Amino acid sequence: MPIEKFRTLISTCVPLPVENVDTDQIIPARFLKATTRDGFGANLFRDWRYDHAGRPRKEFVLNDNRYNGEVLVAGKNFGSGSSREHAAWAIKDYGFRVVVSSFFADIFRNNALNNGLLPVQVTAGFLSLLFDRIHENAEVRVMVDLEQQKISLMDEKAGEQFEISSYKKKCLLNGYDDIDFLLSMKDRIVEWEQNQML
Amino acid sequence: MSKKTIFDKIWDNHLVYNIPDGPDALYIDRHYIHEVTSPQAFGGLKERGINVFRPDKTVATADHNVPTINQHLPIQEELSRVQVEKLVQNCKEHNITLYGLNHPYNGIVHVIGPELGITHPGMTIVCGDSHTSTHGAFGSIAFGIGTSEVEMVLASQCIMQPRPRTMLINIDGNLSRGVTAKDIILYIISQISTGGATGYFVEYSGEAIRSLSMEARMTICNMSIEMGARGGLIAPDDVTFEYLRQRRFAPSGEEWDRSIKTWSGLASDTDATFDKEIRFDAGQIEPMITWGTNPGMGIPVTGNIPGEDETGHNSVGSYRKALDYMGFKPGEAMAGKKVDYVFVGSCTNGRIEDLRNFARFVKGKRKARDIIAWIVPGSRQVEKQAEEEGIRSMLEEAGFEMRQPGCSACLAMNEDKIPEGKYAVSTSNRNFEGRQGPGARTLLASPLTAAAAAVTGVITDPRTLL
Repeated sequence: MPIEKFRTLISTCVPLPVENVDTDQIIPARFLKATTRDGFGANLFRDWRYDHAGRPRKEFVLNDNRYNGEVLVAGKNFGSGSSREHAAWAIKDYGFRVVVSSFFADIFRNNALNNGLLPVQVTAGFLSLLFDRIHENAEVRVMVDLEQQKISLMDEKAGEQFEISSYKKKCLLNGYDDIDFLLSMKDRIVEWEQNQML
Repeated sequence: MSKKTIFDKIWDNHLVYNIPDGPDALYIDRHYIHEVTSPQAFGGLKERGINVFRPDKTVATADHNVPTINQHLPIQEELSRVQVEKLVQNCKEHNITLYGLNHPYNGIVHVIGPELGITHPGMTIVCGDSHTSTHGAFGSIAFGIGTSEVEMVLASQCIMQPRPRTMLINIDGNLSRGVTAKDIILYIISQISTGGATGYFVEYSGEAIRSLSMEARMTICNMSIEMGARGGLIAPDDVTFEYLRQRRFAPSGEEWDRSIKTWSGLASDTDATFDKEIRFDAGQIEPMITWGTNPGMGIPVTGNIPGEDETGHNSVGSYRKALDYMGFKPGEAMAGKKVDYVFVGSCTNGRIEDLRNFARFVKGKRKARDIIAWIVPGSRQVEKQAEEEGIRSMLEEAGFEMRQPGCSACLAMNEDKIPEGKYAVSTSNRNFEGRQGPGARTLLASPLTAAAAAVTGVITDPRTLL
């Protein structure tokens, strides 16, 4: 099934300067009871975003109307913890297309890529510069260019290359997913199985 | 001849196709599924109009979202009931073996796979659950996956996966009395941090690891993900083979003999190189407990919470945030702090040995009056064995009750939630904010340290009561 294509994005950012944001914060387990992929954005960062009575916590960035955009910028080791893909679904469903951090947990990175959500790993220095610029001016925009594997601050020279495997890059640029690829490999898989029987 | 680690040997044995500068297509021998991370994968198959490719290689259980009392009654909470029913329906439709609620083999996925002898050395094993690393204790490549990847395996019995780097963690020497596998792994994570093994697949070795039982090895491998590792494994040996012998689905007869021969060859070559090697001395390890909001924030139970000038792998910001959430102050001693709840269970410490250790410890003692304790066996079989061995009555005599199997308060998807602000000593694997319920404060520890807290009502060094 096609995933949403990604080429270039220019957007303002939502800053979350917290380290080790784990998947239980992104989407608490009690919201994992759905049997479809839709609607998880409503509970993204649920317990940071709302108090126990369901009232928005003013101090949390998603409730701060100065900050908007399709790029979430977060502290290092983003997405640690459980394998729940619901975390990637919630971020995407909320409206983000890119998460920027200086370090991502492995499973989260895979889950994000499998859903057309681009994890952009930058240096600690660039991350810190991004936070500074966003906090100085909430209107500051970044450009994420997947073809060039480059993230840059608009209106200034600062920018960085980021890594992505050429396979995953091709998938995102063209909207392919791994399952399409594996299904196209069926004959080879069957052949592999037969060789094991020998 | 190349010099290979066990990881390399198993991975290469299962490599169907390699994409240059891309992931490998890896063949999967065992696929475990449960109710929470599978429905969308089956939904994806339906949308694509395809069936499960190799239904005999997938085994299902309901564990994450089930009640731990009155399991014979319909699940009361509607969304949970629908999710569990969906699993039943999907398994039926696709001919997948299901050990559902009330089946004698039901239980936590990482408890039942090993105890039924479905997990074997040398296999590739995946499940939509990060603690799949547990099965690495048998000398297999086992790791957690997301739901898109569950769908990949259902559709093709393969998974697209970048090859991780390899790390060796060697624990030399002997463990001191009262120090258990849980303390080893909490110690390792406290030393290398929650991201310290990200990108790596770990092999645990050394005298202290070799001396552990299979169940203790599972506890270690289980928490590999808590330091970011893709998985963790231990080379199979006689302990492994003895554990597997005559298990329900373990090979038997001639096939058993053949299997032992193959499995015995699963060791890292002596001159194999790892991308990273770390050594620890078992003698340095004490009973551990966490004070903060990630599993790397652990210290000896006799220790004091670090000060602001010694936050280690944590930034001052996350250190302060953790202390604030936990209601603790820098430099405070952990011992003597009041505890409200004790949770014994989960895929980390919900096996028979864990219940045995807890029960033997509390035997002849009494549960502290204000403690609420949830003792949750990891499976029906563990529950049954606990009955047969007299563990249930030992617990009851000391004022404890045993619940029915499931993931329970480890992730608090069901009703087993620690209330806001309360302190819980838990034998589970994560102390994240809200993990055990909104506002719940988790202190991770071994079943022995949990038992010491359960009988005293405060954080206590279990060695003082042994």
